[in-house]
Amino acid sequence: MKTGDLIAMLAAGAESVDTGAPRRRFSQALAAGGAGALLIVVLMGVRSDLAVMASQPMFWAKLAYCAALAIVALMLTARVARPGARATGWAAALALPLLAMWLLAAIALGGAGGAQREALVYGSTWRACAFSIALVSLPLFAALLWAMKDLAPTRPALGGAAAGLLAGAAGALVYSLHCPELAAPFLGIWYPLGMLIPAVAGALAGHKLLRW
Amino acid sequence: MEKEGSVREAEDRLRRLFAQSLAGDAAAYRLFLEDLGAHLRGFLRRRLERLPDDIEDLVQETLLAVHNQRHTYDPGQPLTAWVHAIARYKLVDLLRRRATREARDQPLDDEREWLAAPDNEAAGTKRDLAALLARLPDRQRLPIVHTKLEGLSVAETARRTGMSESAVKVGVHRGLKALAALIREDA
Repeated sequence: MKTGDLIAMLAAGAESVDTGAPRRRFSQALAAGGAGALLIVVLMGVRSDLAVMASQPMFWAKLAYCAALAIVALMLTARVARPGARATGWAAALALPLLAMWLLAAIALGGAGGAQREALVYGSTWRACAFSIALVSLPLFAALLWAMKDLAPTRPALGGAAAGLLAGAAGALVYSLHCPELAAPFLGIWYPLGMLIPAVAGALAGHKLLRW
Repeated sequence: MEKEGSVREAEDRLRRLFAQSLAGDAAAYRLFLEDLGAHLRGFLRRRLERLPDDIEDLVQETLLAVHNQRHTYDPGQPLTAWVHAIARYKLVDLLRRRATREARDQPLDDEREWLAAPDNEAAGTKRDLAALLARLPDRQRLPIVHTKLEGLSVAETARRTGMSESAVKVGVHRGLKALAALIREDA
């Protein structure tokens, strides 16, 4: 087939194109994946003392922390999914919620004694935390990779990593309904670790699945 | 200075034509693809001095990618950066398949460089897209052949194939993506 024939073929009967489609696709993936994540947390058990927890500022700081990471990861994912869009600013912005939580952690650790410090870092669920976040993220991970598959990341591994990180951060937000931990050192270590698991899995999957 | 002016003129023309294309103007889309093809050919000819036989294949592969991914263009974004990123992705992909040193050495160039010197002299291709098209399953191949090569409407195609109109549209869309995947396997 000559190039002129290919052009005639591509242009024949071409209809209008909806450039809002990528945004809608991400919204659908977040809604469906979020519902799946919520279902997993309901099965794990939503905290019965949620109302008591909600009276503590650290509970809201934790939600804001997860939400901020999810929003930045969403902006990053949307950029990485489009050819030629700049993403470096949003990648750097990921550091802000982390730094804020680490600052709170430093303050908490500074005001605590030896044995107390250990409790602030390990809480009572450090062994399960990262894996639980990864598990809750799973439906989001699958839905977001499906959304990404329709788009065009020029760095497929990075596209998968960004989608995975978004799944992890949104998953952590939902997991907050189950998680008993409120100490900043705990949240500064085990939460990012849990988000990192789907991000790394996304990089590996993206390298294979997101080529176009 | 004069060159800068002609680059800007080419860019304005392409952006105008692409905006009309996205709004559903097939005639403007054809002009856009022809113009874009000439620019891509000039760009790739400079970049593929050692692989001249691959130039026209890559022009076709890039045009198909632009078509398949045109919903990822953000109208608020410069068209040059979008096209450049797609062309560069396809170029680096080809060089990697050919395992040449150029894959690592592609300079991080100016995004408007591909607009510098259009080339309308198409050389032959090594790959025949028509042969790859024939390998697609009927539910994708027939919609493409009828609506895109024979010029039938979606409604006529639906009647002739017994498919629903939406299945015809989906078949065209998925078929052209599958064609891009066959090119990647074939190379």
